[in-house]
Amino acid sequence: MRLLLVVGLDGLTYASWLFLVSAGLTFTYGVLRVLNLAHGNLYALGAYLGATLVLHYAATGSTPALTYALLLIAALVIGAVVGPLIERFFLRRVYSRDEEVQLLLTFSISLILEDVVKLVWGVTPIFADLPYTYLGRVRLGGVNYAWYPFLLAAIALAIGGLLWLVVTRTRLGKILTSVISDREVSLTLGINVPRVYTLAFTAGAVLAALGGALTAPMFSLVPGVGADVLVTSFAVIAIGGLGSIGGAALGSLLVGMARSFAVYKFPELDLFVIYLIMALVLLFRPQGFFGEIEVRRI
Amino acid sequence: MTTRTRTVALLLIVALVLLVGLPLLLPEWIIFLLTVASAKALAVLGVVLLLRGKLLTFGHALYYAAGAYAGGMAVRYWGVHEALVLLALALVAGVAVSAILGLLVARYRAVYFALLNLAFSMVLYGMLLKLYDVFGGTDGIGIAEPTLAGFRLSGLAMYELTIVITALLVYLTHRFFVSPLGYTLRAIRDNEVRVEYMGVSVWRAVYVSYIIAGALAAVSGGLIALAVGHITPDLAFWSQSGEFVFVAILGGTGSVLAPVVGSVLFEFVRNYAFKLSPYTWQMTLGIVLLLIIFFLPGGVWSLTARLPRRSHR
Amino acid sequence: MSALLETVGLTRFFGSVRAAEDLNMRVAQGETVGIIGSNGSGKTTFLNLATGYLKPERGRILLDGHDTTALPPRAITRLGVARSFQIPQLYLGMTVLEAMLLSLAARAGRIGLWAPLLRDEWIVEARQVLAQFALDAQAERLVGELPEGSRKLLDIALAVALKPRLLLMDEPTAGVSTEDKFEVMDTLSTVLRGSGITTIFVEHDMDVVQRYSQRVLVFDQGLVIADGEPAKVLGDADVRRAVLGHV
Repeated sequence: MRLLLVVGLDGLTYASWLFLVSAGLTFTYGVLRVLNLAHGNLYALGAYLGATLVLHYAATGSTPALTYALLLIAALVIGAVVGPLIERFFLRRVYSRDEEVQLLLTFSISLILEDVVKLVWGVTPIFADLPYTYLGRVRLGGVNYAWYPFLLAAIALAIGGLLWLVVTRTRLGKILTSVISDREVSLTLGINVPRVYTLAFTAGAVLAALGGALTAPMFSLVPGVGADVLVTSFAVIAIGGLGSIGGAALGSLLVGMARSFAVYKFPELDLFVIYLIMALVLLFRPQGFFGEIEVRRI
Repeated sequence: MTTRTRTVALLLIVALVLLVGLPLLLPEWIIFLLTVASAKALAVLGVVLLLRGKLLTFGHALYYAAGAYAGGMAVRYWGVHEALVLLALALVAGVAVSAILGLLVARYRAVYFALLNLAFSMVLYGMLLKLYDVFGGTDGIGIAEPTLAGFRLSGLAMYELTIVITALLVYLTHRFFVSPLGYTLRAIRDNEVRVEYMGVSVWRAVYVSYIIAGALAAVSGGLIALAVGHITPDLAFWSQSGEFVFVAILGGTGSVLAPVVGSVLFEFVRNYAFKLSPYTWQMTLGIVLLLIIFFLPGGVWSLTARLPRRSHR
Repeated sequence: MSALLETVGLTRFFGSVRAAEDLNMRVAQGETVGIIGSNGSGKTTFLNLATGYLKPERGRILLDGHDTTALPPRAITRLGVARSFQIPQLYLGMTVLEAMLLSLAARAGRIGLWAPLLRDEWIVEARQVLAQFALDAQAERLVGELPEGSRKLLDIALAVALKPRLLLMDEPTAGVSTEDKFEVMDTLSTVLRGSGITTIFVEHDMDVVQRYSQRVLVFDQGLVIADGEPAKVLGDADVRRAVLGHV
């Protein structure tokens, strides 16, 4: 029973981290049909800016409670500034071209942002753990847990819920759904599709940066965190189906739990579990759980 | 003089220049750079081969590293030092891994193809990095004192070996490009549906092409291991894959020689640029790639149209 | 006389749109059959189903008595069925000759790695086939540079090159100007006549169907509403109403 609790909680916290970092990627793909290879870099930017803000603030000695707001602000700033920049000045110009060209474009952006991080923040690790340590620890079922991961889980749940609400209950959501299912028809309906695209991309960027900012207090930051996140996020959304938020949630849960169990028995599997699951799912269902296969009309 | 005699004569002259002339004229460090560039060109050739089928991979360093480490493992665990054996092992490793991963990957295109390859390459990277006992972690593995058919493999001999192997594989890849399978790959780029309606298996064509591309990169890695004498997990890192893609795009998919020329230019530029400013190298690549995307008329694929169109090639 | 192509109870919906419903038809070896119907009557869907590109919800497709319902286009092609498309499906980046050679290589089942595609025996035959379709002069041109009419012909030529038993053509004169329609069909007829290839072609144009088919099937909303001699079928008021929207 204790084992179940430990593994279960571990799985849940990892799952919520996975969802946080991959939601933005799948959302952007769902609306724009573009996989943003700079996703990891946006994550890194959010993390670095968040960490920097926290460290500067912490130096002033003021109340730690506000550091959470700083993380949020960092994410919003990165997402709202870099997101539209990428979409309007670069991505927009290649919508009519091959998917491969779009991939190369976001890849170029990724290369550039990779060095931007190094130029601005250098290569020495940065660790801003105040938001993490401030929440303290709790004893559950005889095991000592930090509160922070549970906060992340709550936020992940909230974001998932928020996204679901927006997409299914709001007018904006209806517009998004329309654009997702048929761009041409949406245009004729008078929807400002370019503006929707910018908005969606920015939202994805904010989510990516938020994932980074919220995770920053947990690990030492080095350049290169982005690459891992991109690959991990892709694995999760491939499992769930590219473009599906629900899929990302399901994928995150599946991978989180599976990894938790697997690692308990075989710690060496840590690296592989997510990709093993991905490979297995794709072998039997190439489009992921909630993905769609597009059949070309002839 | 017939065309045939002329071609043979031309080839002999080129061979003489490359194998004898250059080493006499150029300093050792340039010869070394040419060795590395030539070796890497094979991995780029693998990327180009796949691009001809519009299959963009961001993880080709997977096979590059697999080849290198296959050699490295043989050195570390079996005490093998013979270059030809190490290269053969590299080739086997490349074929084996691509044959397995290809089963899954060959079904996919575009985003999935690109990212699945990236994912698997980063898995290998993680393995090479973390399984310290097996792979040596960041310390890597040293390929000390390799031999060629029993004789010590000098820098010059390594250069000659690399040129010969590169020339051979470039030629074989050319044969592939002009073969029915090679054309099928191009047809797949243009119209997969039509290919199926010709009664030809698209999946099989992609699968075989994937294996060939993996094999090329693996030999490339094997050569690098021998040339540099030391291998590290970075060989599998995504930025290495990115560099292969960059050189492939730069040179275009029209010719088997473009990867070689591009690779040589790239190594020289990178040699200087990286020393000057290591934190702007990737940014530079990114900017150049953007310029290519936006200012090459007809886009990135126009690079195939740039080369003179002779249909009987 | 046994049927070369037969469908039994073929049914396929797209949501609520009925593309085929309990569609039964038979075409015997050697026949030249025209399929006519208004837009959305299920003509192209029929070809997609018959060649395995789409799967029916119910029903069977039989090729020379063999059930091919579950087979993919590739397998059906290898059984001797070739198809041309409403919008030509071509390899825009190759030359006309190269595309034709690939078709011949496919027919021969010789998609290998070593011997070149451009080999003399194949080039001779490729040029012959192209000449039949008056495309020989364009052999060195990139497919992407061909004018519309030539693309149509090439699309069909690539299918004919496979030497099929059954040739399915989707609107062979679509996009072709009215003056050229008959020229295209005449070229086609000359090539196909005496070749023994069973032909089914889907058409919009009643005049073309009347002139070039031995038998006409009329589709309307996924059903076969008429089947018989061109003159009789096309003279029928109900048919005209279904196809043209008026009499």
